[in-house]
Amino acid sequence: MSQLQEVSVDKFKHLVSERALTGETMLLNMGPQHPSTHGVLRLLLELDGETIINCIPDIGYLHTGIEKNIEAKTYLKAEVMSDRLDYMNNLGNNLAYCMAVEKLVDLDVPERAQTLRVILAELERINSHLVWLGSFGLDLAAMSVFLYCFREREMILDIKELIGGQRMMTTYIRPGGLWRDVPVEFETAVRNFLKIMPKRIDEYEALMTKNPVFLDRLVGIGILEPAVALQYGVTGPMLRASGVNWDLRKVRPYMGYEQYDFHVPVRSEGDTYARYIVRIEEMRESLKIIEQALDKLPLGPVRSDNRKFVPPPRSELGVSMEALIHHFKLWTEGFPAPDGSVYQAVESPRGELGVLLAGDGGAKPRRCHWRTPSFDNLSVLPKIVKGHLVADLVAILAAVDIVLGDIDR
Amino acid sequence: MDKKLEIIVQALQDTFGVTFEEFRGEVHVFVKVENIIEALTLLRDKYDFELLSALTAIDFWPQTSPRFHVIYQLTSLARNLSLQLRVVLEDGEPHIPTATGVYEVANWRERELRDMFGIVPDGHPDLRILLLPEGWEDKHPLRKEFPLGYEEVQFTFNVDEINARKHFAKD
Repeated sequence: MSQLQEVSVDKFKHLVSERALTGETMLLNMGPQHPSTHGVLRLLLELDGETIINCIPDIGYLHTGIEKNIEAKTYLKAEVMSDRLDYMNNLGNNLAYCMAVEKLVDLDVPERAQTLRVILAELERINSHLVWLGSFGLDLAAMSVFLYCFREREMILDIKELIGGQRMMTTYIRPGGLWRDVPVEFETAVRNFLKIMPKRIDEYEALMTKNPVFLDRLVGIGILEPAVALQYGVTGPMLRASGVNWDLRKVRPYMGYEQYDFHVPVRSEGDTYARYIVRIEEMRESLKIIEQALDKLPLGPVRSDNRKFVPPPRSELGVSMEALIHHFKLWTEGFPAPDGSVYQAVESPRGELGVLLAGDGGAKPRRCHWRTPSFDNLSVLPKIVKGHLVADLVAILAAVDIVLGDIDR
Repeated sequence: MDKKLEIIVQALQDTFGVTFEEFRGEVHVFVKVENIIEALTLLRDKYDFELLSALTAIDFWPQTSPRFHVIYQLTSLARNLSLQLRVVLEDGEPHIPTATGVYEVANWRERELRDMFGIVPDGHPDLRILLLPEGWEDKHPLRKEFPLGYEEVQFTFNVDEINARKHFAKD
């Protein structure tokens, strides 16, 4: 292990064409430090001139062993790991993890917490799509879109800072509810965002949607057939851009999503442009959901009062002996969860984010597997880039919307 | 159990003699390892389970018989159903037949399974290391007996000594 190993072509001989072995086509590394690969992803390309014959993704550069680490922590403490997986969708990961824990120990969440979770998850979806749109523009050499998108993203990060004290890794959603209630300024901040955002989305669309350069580079590029998409486990906006109407918020509503009136944008073209349109539309739909949720936001507690699983609020610790005992027990020893396993899936900005959580009767999980959407969405890439130019690969990869923290775990 | 799911589980019972358990409204069907590919094909073709949502394993160490549960989480879009198939494996050198012929998504997921648990998918078309570093063999981090390591803090006086026993430090 002490030296760099020389990698021979024998290792991937079965993946490239005969012509690569004779030197007729070129093998070229794209990444792991390429700016358009959105993190540390290496693509081994077999090129004939500028045309891609084969593409072999190499992942794992960001593997941090989060699944193993979770096994060594109690259910409450392991949650901080979830923020670090998909670092563009922190609250969405918290939500998936907390829902899995709640399902495993059979815990109810109060109405107000559910509504706030929906608001936060949708804000996070817009946040993630803004980062995607910004870097998508950047990859297509439209620098200004990036700056515009990060301006609006800043507003969402400010809201997150307001509620959780952190700009990204808030761990604000906790098993049984939320960390604490939102401050009074929260509603104004979100309303302000809701007022500004639709116009800003129009602005992005004015820049990109009918831009001829943009259309030339996207329309008909990287077409993904619905049957192929399902074979490769592709979910989320990518699947919906291929004409399959499948959104877990709609078909298997959780956290009261059935109460909100929104539609699921679907396009049938399956190309890169369709993926762009679907995500832009999704941002508008998310705004609708946030507005409805904010209008009906009920008053009440934001975390379950089941003290066997949920730590008591800080204010009780000074006056109640039981609260102090529960606080102490839950944060040191943790709570036991039954010996069994649950699979909980939510719709993340990238697709089906599933948590397979298995308890062993003790305070720590036996296994916590993350079914991350980017992982499967990336695995279809070799299929859809064949025959395209290298410049198109950049556009296709950008439209897949991968997050390497989500892939490598 | 859901009525629609009951019919499917009944069909699996008739064909392969499977057993099943229910937990928190989820159905886990235990399939014998030699039948798993047929079962997956049947579910995909006849009962519209188009999507293999997750493929992973659970390690029950120190229990060795059975030691692993390999999990196939299936989703049917047309019927809006979920079903979990499980294969029970013994300790030693566990093998499963590859599911890449049924679901392409199993390709990467099975490579991950080999990396993390050492469960070898027989007949896999491209069994290279996926997530772990190049040359990492015979150690499977998600097995329970694999210790959770930590990074030793290196100072000027002991940097060489720690580098000597550290994996991949000099690569």
